[in-house]
Amino acid sequence: MTGIYFLILALLLIGVFGVITQKNLIKIIISVSIIEAAVNLFLIFVGYRAGGEAPIITERFADTAEFARLSVDPFPQAMVLTSIVISVSLTALLIVISLRLYHIYGTYDINRIWGEADPDND
Amino acid sequence: MLIGAFVALYTDELLSAVIALGAIGFGSSGIFLLLRAPDLAITQVVVEVITLVLLIRATMVIGAHTAGGKKQLLPYLVAGGIVGGLFIFSVFTLQNMPEIGSSVMDRIDDAPSLYYLLQGLDLTGSTNQVMSVLLDFRAYDTLGEATVIFTAVLGGLTLLRKNGRAEPNE
Amino acid sequence: MNDNRSLIIIKVSKWMAPFIFLYGLYVVLYGHLSPGGGFPGGVIIAASFILILLARGRRAALKKLPYGVAKELDAIGALMFLTVAMLGFIFSGLFFANFLQQYLPGETRRWFNAGTIVINNIAIGIKVCGAIFVILFFLSVLRISGEGGIDFRSIERK
Repeated sequence: MTGIYFLILALLLIGVFGVITQKNLIKIIISVSIIEAAVNLFLIFVGYRAGGEAPIITERFADTAEFARLSVDPFPQAMVLTSIVISVSLTALLIVISLRLYHIYGTYDINRIWGEADPDND
Repeated sequence: MLIGAFVALYTDELLSAVIALGAIGFGSSGIFLLLRAPDLAITQVVVEVITLVLLIRATMVIGAHTAGGKKQLLPYLVAGGIVGGLFIFSVFTLQNMPEIGSSVMDRIDDAPSLYYLLQGLDLTGSTNQVMSVLLDFRAYDTLGEATVIFTAVLGGLTLLRKNGRAEPNE
Repeated sequence: MNDNRSLIIIKVSKWMAPFIFLYGLYVVLYGHLSPGGGFPGGVIIAASFILILLARGRRAALKKLPYGVAKELDAIGALMFLTVAMLGFIFSGLFFANFLQQYLPGETRRWFNAGTIVINNIAIGIKVCGAIFVILFFLSVLRISGEGGIDFRSIERK
């Protein structure tokens, strides 16, 4: 069953590969988002319990002891909720920065931005 | 989702790359729902919509529809090295990971999650245990997260401003 | 500016936005009883304004939620969250203590039983709504104002 972990690892590595090799600022932002999605998925898979219930106490449970025996782990879910919101604000900030760069240099290509910012470089 | 990731990175059209990222986000939202995390599924769907709007707005700039440019060999070599190293170490680590479906609570007797689940209703009165962890037991995290949003908005406003400083005659 | 907008989109967005807003309010207020909470609810409320912004233009959106109010909402949410935390410190000696639930324990599985969690949810919802709306609003203004960035004084004067 740990094969799912390898799929998530592949997603993460695709994201890392993209961050390093891509030349376009939008593509880099997309790669960062892919990394975030992979990490969130991994954390939720760690907290999952086979045949578990959602961590919401309903009338179906007799008491909290039975609930604690059946429910999945609420702790990674809370942390991943925080992480998702942080990721959207991070994406917004990155987009604002790249739009600013676009308005100054007229391109999203980091090689050309580098070339124009540094006149000594070819 | 893996296909979506490949498409997102290796199409030349920026718009289709953004839509492929949307496929990844909605796919992970569906997986959250299957893994009994409805809070996360709701949040992921909504946040993905907002992210798509943001990215499409960034893509809709005139003259930036495609990602072209010459490819260089050196970044690919560096990336291959880093990714390969990460892969080898991760394989060793993932060999020792427990099976999916056995949570930390099943293996450790005094795991904090078990305490949250057992005492959550009595101590906070909230039936949604994710919220009781997020806003009561671990509210410092939420405070830091609120700070992050605030800083992101502040940074965005500062970067989008017209002038760096105020005009001298005002 | 409004010339090329389709009539269908304008009408449908006018009908959809209140319901999206209402759903966001529900998600915020019942976050401690059912899936949801402050973050998704706040983003859904912001999405109802963003729908107006995208479908009917900047002026219509600013009529519903002025820029100054959205900016204040961001700050008010953060301050409300901190105030609840400080009140917990004052009343029961712990930062972020759930003082309402300790002193006024309600019936279980009712709306008013979670003490400060409800208030915190509302605070986070307000804050996230303001923040998301401000960011998207500025990105929409940037297209109009062009290269040099945004002149903030002209927005606040409107």
